[in-house]
Amino acid sequence: MADWEKQRRGRNERLAAAAGYASGKVVLAKDVVPLLSAVVRTGDRVCLEGDNQKQADFLAEALASVDKTRIHDLHIVQSGVVLQAHIDLFDKGIARKLDFSYSGPQGHAIARALDAGKIELGAVHTYIELFARYFMDLTPNVALIAAVQADRAGNLYTGPNTEDTPTIVEATAFKSGIVVAQVNEIVDKLPRVDIPGGMIDFVIEADRPFYVEPLFTRDPLSVTEIQILMAMMALKGIYAPYGVRRLNHGIGFPTAAIELILPTYGEQLGLRGKVATHFALNPHPTLIPAIESGWVEQVHSFGSEVGMDEYMRRRSDIFFTGHDGTLRSNRLLCQTAGLYACDMFIGSTLQIDLAGNSSTFTSGRIAGFGGAPNMGSDARGRRHASQAWLTAGKEAVENPTSLTRGRKLVVQMIETFGEKMVPNFVEELDSVKMAAELKLDLAPVMIYGDDVSHIVTEEGIANLLMCHTADEREQAIRGVAGFTPVGLKRDRKAVEALRARGIIRRPEDLGIDPLSATRQLLAAHTIEDLATWSGGLYQPPAKFRNW
Amino acid sequence: MEHFEVRATLARRAPGNRQQAVVGVNASGNVEILVERTLSETETLVEVTTAITGYRALWQAVIEDFFSRCPTGGLRFAINDGGAKPDVVSLRLMQSAQQMGGGQ
Amino acid sequence: MSNLIDLVNHDYYEASARDRIAGILDPGSFHEFLGAENRTISPHLAQFNLTGAFDDGLIVGAGRLEGQPVYVAAQEGRFMGGAFGEIHGAKLVGLLRAAAANGARKGIKAVLLLLDTGGVRLQEANAGELSISEAVHGIVEARLAGVPVIALVGGRSGAFGGGGIVTAFCSRIIVSDHGRIGVSGPEVIETNKGVEEFDAKDKGLVWRVTGGRTRAMMGGADCFVRDRIKDFRAAAIAQIGAAAPFTLATLVAEQKRLAARLQSYGDCRDAPEIWRIAGIADPASIAEVSEEAFASLPRLKEAAHDAR
Repeated sequence: MADWEKQRRGRNERLAAAAGYASGKVVLAKDVVPLLSAVVRTGDRVCLEGDNQKQADFLAEALASVDKTRIHDLHIVQSGVVLQAHIDLFDKGIARKLDFSYSGPQGHAIARALDAGKIELGAVHTYIELFARYFMDLTPNVALIAAVQADRAGNLYTGPNTEDTPTIVEATAFKSGIVVAQVNEIVDKLPRVDIPGGMIDFVIEADRPFYVEPLFTRDPLSVTEIQILMAMMALKGIYAPYGVRRLNHGIGFPTAAIELILPTYGEQLGLRGKVATHFALNPHPTLIPAIESGWVEQVHSFGSEVGMDEYMRRRSDIFFTGHDGTLRSNRLLCQTAGLYACDMFIGSTLQIDLAGNSSTFTSGRIAGFGGAPNMGSDARGRRHASQAWLTAGKEAVENPTSLTRGRKLVVQMIETFGEKMVPNFVEELDSVKMAAELKLDLAPVMIYGDDVSHIVTEEGIANLLMCHTADEREQAIRGVAGFTPVGLKRDRKAVEALRARGIIRRPEDLGIDPLSATRQLLAAHTIEDLATWSGGLYQPPAKFRNW
Repeated sequence: MEHFEVRATLARRAPGNRQQAVVGVNASGNVEILVERTLSETETLVEVTTAITGYRALWQAVIEDFFSRCPTGGLRFAINDGGAKPDVVSLRLMQSAQQMGGGQ
Repeated sequence: MSNLIDLVNHDYYEASARDRIAGILDPGSFHEFLGAENRTISPHLAQFNLTGAFDDGLIVGAGRLEGQPVYVAAQEGRFMGGAFGEIHGAKLVGLLRAAAANGARKGIKAVLLLLDTGGVRLQEANAGELSISEAVHGIVEARLAGVPVIALVGGRSGAFGGGGIVTAFCSRIIVSDHGRIGVSGPEVIETNKGVEEFDAKDKGLVWRVTGGRTRAMMGGADCFVRDRIKDFRAAAIAQIGAAAPFTLATLVAEQKRLAARLQSYGDCRDAPEIWRIAGIADPASIAEVSEEAFASLPRLKEAAHDAR
């Protein structure tokens, strides 16, 4: 007789093993390591909630403290490998296999662990891709998650930083997995229920609030004139002609500069209400002046941002909020909005090659992708039209017809040189060499060249949609690569010909005087200015305030 | 420490009558440029002092590009480099020419 | 939209030393002494593989303030952190000596010091230290000769080390929110006394202890202005007239004021403790309110004085 309920029985055995540490669903913080030792088994797929923002850090440290002779060879399936504890799992041999999306600060540590054979890498995913695999072939056996509050029935309030939680819990709870939540506090009544208690097995009041990284806070003080020039070119040369209303901005300073010149330069161009009205975007503090000046109609967010909660609560016409007033974020849904409902992704990268492929994997650093590839790729399943999408689609073919599909605008903003005079334009991405060294099947590419529609540098804009041959594309890229070796090796005649066709546009072709790109154009010069714009509702985290 | 000059013999005189200007600051990633109208109208010169050696060809390319874009006849430029990238150097050179009355 | 205009004019902190001078003095009135064309570059920095500045980071000269002749010196806080080197120091000392020797005869109404410095340049420390002593001496002589010396502090390097000492010798001190005044900088205190004593990374703490608001509140500065060049200009015009005569009576009054302040607040570890003792209803709000609101708050009674 076939056994069709092994997973359910396994779950019940684990629950029984853990019962001694729990009173109902509530487990004391001191019992966290025995609890995890009871519910996690060698070889399990474990999702330790953590992305580029919120972290189940208390549970991560507890998991890194289990006895590795009893629990080992875990397969970690989570969007962010960000904490030291995440790396410790592999260094100690508790975990072996890894499938993830984003690493940020641990990019170097992952590369070292990989090199030392401590990590067996499955793949580096985009967020939606990893979430999709939770429901296909990477379903977690155990999910260790973080929430703001729980009640004794296990209902969770995840608050502004809901982020990945609903997706992780859905995949785990409905496939006989175990879900353990660390919470900042256990209360009698929740402000709202984000995750029903029926999906949660254990709640633990952690000894500290879960960690949240203020990843999306860009200090206006650090925005340079060069970035402002690039922002002006993007606004006048891309936002305006395509009429881009629905979009996502990346995390870098050039897009922060765009946000900060909407109320000044954008206003001069008469673009308010015509561009940048709907965002799939984390609550960037640098967007406050544009919101306050009436530019933005709606923002849906992947996660929250430290210090922005009260501002968003009081701007519920703009942000998605629960009936309790606080933000409701959701990474999966916002990424989906970014993929299907945005007409443009515009963001920074670290390296671009001659085909327009871009990567944030530079030598010795496995940074992951996060969400950029979802936002920064054409959605082949899209069927609704918009002016920006149709215009881009028509540009991309020589003889457009009524059957010509539209295209997403995917814009990479990059200064030609990076820190220490390292050229950002290269003949071959570092990730190609890295893939060979680490024996990866696929060289990590953040955004493939065939998805990129425009490259913006301080030298100009290259429109890759209008390039119809590999050679044109290469010269268009060389033509905006400035004084880098790639740029210096341009065919000057070919570049001038591309310029005559409007494929390359210099500041002067756009009617922009580079000398007018001054910091006077920024609607806010400091973090304090952003707080002032918000009427005191934005409360910047300590590391960004001098008051 | 490296010190070198890039010269050109030009036909185009830099417009304006201002005799001197200082643009930028010798700070990290930035440059200070002193411009003086002391050369004959067909001559121009950029003197570079930089602590970061090995980029002379790059400086040459940036400065020649500047000469091709801006009329600088008669102007002598002196640069104290704080490790600026080429885009910043280009921008400051153009700002300094503009201050003398001869922007683009 | 109304506050947009105001925020983009937010400018003293970001401006270069040259732009500050141009904005504070009457338009077009500045005449530089030993301008950049003299190439008075530090002879020491090259040995450390550092490039110099044509004015060695200090701009000195004469100009007019509402029609009145003044001398002015401005440090460029972004070049070597505005630090004092040999030439930098010598230029300042020369200006102060000129003010002392014949400022009164030439009708010079004040010397404006736009300080923006972390102190002495490590690469030429002896010359820098010496120039601080000479500058302090120069300030005393200028004041004795009847030429008030006004300090303006609002740049990114603040006025630390010898710059803090120079500030303390001035007739009047004008500070903005960003301005910090102190002798030992936060990092120096942390290095010598430990992070428990002073956490230099805690920006809130650094500003609560050394920042413009606290200095103005307690009388460590005479005037708080918003971060606008035009506000610094207006304050400079007002403070020249307010400067006390440099007499023994003034110094005795200053000594008394400082002794009283030490007695009242000497045990405090952080600014809000002082505000609490002084009877301010909501001590935390001092750091939180807007520049405009702060500027209109009453200062501590220990700050009110005609000394300095």
